[in-house]
Amino acid sequence: MSVTPSPSPLSPRELVDEYFIENRTKVLEIAAFLDRLDRADPSYASRDFRMKAFAEALAGLSLTSGRVDHIQQLLSDPREGPLDALDRKSALGAYDRWSEEARS
Amino acid sequence: MKYIDHHAHMVSRTTDDYQHMSLSGCVAVTEPAFWAGWDRSHADGFEDYFRQLTDFEPKRAAQYHIQHYAWMAMNPKEADDRVLSREVLKRIPKFLDRPTVLGIGEIGLNRVTRNEIETYTEQIELALAHKQLILIHTPHLEDKLKGTKISVDVLRSFPTLEPGRVLVDHAEEHTLGMILDHGYWAGLTLYPQTKVSAQRAADIVERFGADRICIAGACDWGPSDSMAVPRFILEMRRRKHSEALIHRLVFENPVQFLSQSSRFRIRPELERQEVGTR
Repeated sequence: MSVTPSPSPLSPRELVDEYFIENRTKVLEIAAFLDRLDRADPSYASRDFRMKAFAEALAGLSLTSGRVDHIQQLLSDPREGPLDALDRKSALGAYDRWSEEARS
Repeated sequence: MKYIDHHAHMVSRTTDDYQHMSLSGCVAVTEPAFWAGWDRSHADGFEDYFRQLTDFEPKRAAQYHIQHYAWMAMNPKEADDRVLSREVLKRIPKFLDRPTVLGIGEIGLNRVTRNEIETYTEQIELALAHKQLILIHTPHLEDKLKGTKISVDVLRSFPTLEPGRVLVDHAEEHTLGMILDHGYWAGLTLYPQTKVSAQRAADIVERFGADRICIAGACDWGPSDSMAVPRFILEMRRRKHSEALIHRLVFENPVQFLSQSSRFRIRPELERQEVGTR
């Protein structure tokens, strides 16, 4: 695909000045959510496929590039074909590949 | 800055939203037919909804000097019901001659079932038969990647379909490339949680540029924001992007895509005014 990017006119320092505080807040929100879940049941996150995917997504933050694309792929249903029948109305936010692996 | 929100479910919003949108520069909205949040029991319910979209809503919008256009469709959330879908599709053609109807939309996939694909395919055939523009919904969250791939594959199976007459909406970082690669227009819809934020939309523009990309709020009956497009404008200004680039994304691009329907006409004084103020 031929694209003409429109890079941000902000310098790296300006980007940090502008976005650091709001992203600091987001990191603390995630930490608080994980602590909240631990207080409810420290072992629950290891049993819920959404939280397993979430943990993988957090690990993806340590990549040095392409973090968003990597995490989008992690959270996507990797299967190619359609469902034979409607199972539910709404998506859940992550694909349960762990159940599939356990069945196979 | 004047803007067009090409995806807004205004039947779910109050007149206060129209007022705020008008105050913030909105001059036109286009409203795709969509799910009401619950399944309708009969095709008559859809027909009443289509009348609301084409009779009542344009008048409500006009009170706030906003032009209102609509798209007709069986929405993806109810499209798995093949019996109901066939009945609704029979009733759509009589609405396609209404003066504010731009095309078929939003059609597409939800959980990506075989039934949904059949209904989607039939609606593309309907659009082609009636020479209509097409607006496509792509699925949410973990279903988006697979659903967008299959949606594009189905589109490509129609050799007479001009890609430039199709807008594939709710694109995200992992689906935008495949949409643009095949010549379709792409929509970025700004949602508080399940789609993209104003910040990520601005990031996407920085990576992919502005060609064939439109920005919308997709406000509806759930957590959503009728002021999403102005917030995107503010985000782009925060990053010191040019007014010309922002104007292209929120006004010129939607005008270019939507004007392929002879029914879509922005008031000439607005276009002149915009050229003068950039």
